[in-house]
Amino acid sequence: MAAASDIVLEAERITKTFPGVRALGGVSVRARRGRLLALLGENGAGKSTLMNILAGVFPPDEGTLRLDGRAVSFSNPRAALAAGIGIVFQELNLIPHLSVAENIFLGREPRTRLGLIDYPRLNADAAAVLGRLALAVEPTALIADLRVGQQQLVEIARALSAEARVLILDEPTSSLSEHEVAVLFGVIADLKRRGVALIYITHKFDELAHVCDDVTIMRDGCVVGEFPYAELTRDALVRLMAGRESKETFLKSPAALGAELLRVEAICLPGGGAGRPFLVENVSFTLRRGEVLGIFGLVGAGRTELLETMFGLHAGRATGQLTLEGKSVDFASPAAAVAAGLALAPEDRKRDGLVLPMSVAANASLASLERTLRGGFVSRSREAAYIAPYVERFRVKTPSLDQLIVNLSGGNQQKVILAKWLATDPKLLLLDEPTRGIDVNAKREIYAFIDELARNGLGLIVVSSELPEILALADRVLVMCEGRKTAEFPRADATAEKILAAAFPVTSATAA
Amino acid sequence: MSDPKPNFSLRRFQSLLALALLVGALSVLSDNFLTPDNGWNILRQISVNLCLSIGMTLVILSGGIDLSVGAILGLAGAVAAGLLKNGVVLGALDARLEFTVTGAIVAGLAVGAAAGWFNGFAITRFQLPPFVATLGMLSIARGLTMLWTGGFPVTSLGPTFGFIGTGAFLGAPMPVWIMLALVAVFVVVTRRTRFGRHIYAVGGNERAARLTGLNVPRIKLAVYTLAGALAGVAGLIVTARLDSAQPNAGLGYELDSIAAVVIGGTPLSGGRGSIWGTVLGCLIIGVLNNGLFLLNVSPFWQQVIKGGVILLAVALDKMNANSRDSA
Repeated sequence: MAAASDIVLEAERITKTFPGVRALGGVSVRARRGRLLALLGENGAGKSTLMNILAGVFPPDEGTLRLDGRAVSFSNPRAALAAGIGIVFQELNLIPHLSVAENIFLGREPRTRLGLIDYPRLNADAAAVLGRLALAVEPTALIADLRVGQQQLVEIARALSAEARVLILDEPTSSLSEHEVAVLFGVIADLKRRGVALIYITHKFDELAHVCDDVTIMRDGCVVGEFPYAELTRDALVRLMAGRESKETFLKSPAALGAELLRVEAICLPGGGAGRPFLVENVSFTLRRGEVLGIFGLVGAGRTELLETMFGLHAGRATGQLTLEGKSVDFASPAAAVAAGLALAPEDRKRDGLVLPMSVAANASLASLERTLRGGFVSRSREAAYIAPYVERFRVKTPSLDQLIVNLSGGNQQKVILAKWLATDPKLLLLDEPTRGIDVNAKREIYAFIDELARNGLGLIVVSSELPEILALADRVLVMCEGRKTAEFPRADATAEKILAAAFPVTSATAA
Repeated sequence: MSDPKPNFSLRRFQSLLALALLVGALSVLSDNFLTPDNGWNILRQISVNLCLSIGMTLVILSGGIDLSVGAILGLAGAVAAGLLKNGVVLGALDARLEFTVTGAIVAGLAVGAAAGWFNGFAITRFQLPPFVATLGMLSIARGLTMLWTGGFPVTSLGPTFGFIGTGAFLGAPMPVWIMLALVAVFVVVTRRTRFGRHIYAVGGNERAARLTGLNVPRIKLAVYTLAGALAGVAGLIVTARLDSAQPNAGLGYELDSIAAVVIGGTPLSGGRGSIWGTVLGCLIIGVLNNGLFLLNVSPFWQQVIKGGVILLAVALDKMNANSRDSA
């Protein structure tokens, strides 16, 4: 086994408490030279808190950090980076209107003798880092013009450029294409050869086989297991994470299809930008009550835009025909769509789904507040009484309804959003990446809810870039590529190969 | 539930404590401070700022800012005074439309509300940043006031109109009654109505509010219109109190009202805070001004001290927020 002297970064008995939540209760982890430590655990297990402490975002309440055997404490992420600890957060932290190179070297810009930024060197250095990641973008390109996957790689380039000796990656592959993932794994292998210690957080077990050396499993703010990767089975991993035996896959119950709920005809949304006049081009489909329609596509395929268009978010720009329960509808705003019985759980929960300064109850009741009024006035007791069954139905883990939503884990936040919509008695639920950044067990719970809602006669549209999720959930699969619908399969015919073949752009496949 | 409870009481307590300390210190330092007369004085003095600040609180809670309230105050007061005194000359008919006191008051409020509505319209329809839209209105309203008055005060408005500013009812000055009534109404609006909750939601996350089906433009329009109408109320009080509409009335008042809101614990980022906090903020500023005056502190130093208090209040609030938001 690795010797003690190989330990680069060691966290010992770290505790951290937030108001109402004990995030970490005495956690110890060790990152070793040239090895990758995978940190696994459900959402809310404390992984992100631990990462933030290691990277100097906030200090621990108790416990020590040791770098090369010496106790250290960082007052901010910059100090941690200067000491050799780099971190790539799951959520992007780039400045959209600065260039790629400026973002990579932000705060560490090379300067001329006059103290001005040395742009030739800045761009050359950036180009070198981008080359290591095989990222084909100009150092002078604006971040805003890059795809999300490319932006994620720029984040990684930033950490690489600092020559970090410890590199922390928090779900780095969540928005990368398969090719980009392969390149990233190559970079990781290269970093390991150079002796960099890596800490890697992921929910995708499949990735571990390619990169992982050691595994630390966390649950409820504690470490529940530490193993070399080779000694672990997938079932054991899941069991330790959840603290209980769990079934490997989710099986959807057969659909009991009702009448046609929704007919979508020739939806177009202009404005794709360079070489792409339409974000959504001529998409048509139907949905019946009790049916789950899965929409698969790569990042940028126009899936989110399709949902947004149906939801009235692009009124005035989009064209096409929407028929709900036999009646032609044209939503001028999301408010009109909600009034007609639609509901949308957006992909980016923090940005689009939650009012972070508000409580769980206020978030959950936001769409149905008028149903809880007493004499025309908001009544907190009636509001709580109305919303509590929904919050309980989705088994939201929260100390109380008055807890601020920001203190909940991602999975629980998503459940609050589902509760919010169910409280409006919707007919049609649009779910955009409903399990993004959510751990396996919360995922399975959400799958079961989707199944149950379909059995209750709702129509559901689930957009996902995870193939297993689509295959598990959907009664019918619609595939999109570059804004167009490229295929549609009933459940029986839907296979991973067929779906992927339809999802990849023909031109780039032949060019590649 | 839109008020984040755990820290909310702490923050309220903090402002209350600051106010209590201030009152205690001034009572010791000056014999004239803790008297009934001076108490009414302070309340009357803060009534104008509090009217403006209630509207400002709504605007800031919704995630915006309103720089035009001082100018709208001046315009509304001037319009009411002008109509009351001169009416409207209808040139074509060779006639003059006379205004009763009630008519003039309604017109003043309507002008305030219209100016505020225009702010909201510019912000929602043309997506102007609130800072820019209301900066434009600041200049427009001040200019219109000058045009309307020709740059001269409109004076001698009569005792009936003057009652709003100088009268008393059940022993309390009218401005204080108006102020208390507005506080009561808007505490209920923010805490107990759907509209109030929606203001918090829009300020907390506008995108999420929109995707949840709230009519965000309508909410904002209402908020800015209310802020304008409340500036109109303030304008009527100022005008009635002085028995004259000064073209420069309300100059710079927007900054005092922003200060009161911020001292009261409503951050400029919106989404949290309360009318109660703003009441305390106005009281702190009012007591400070009054006390420093009684202590013969130079008005120049008063400004410096007021600035220091704003910085201190926000710094304390920030420290609270940091220990909380790190989750």
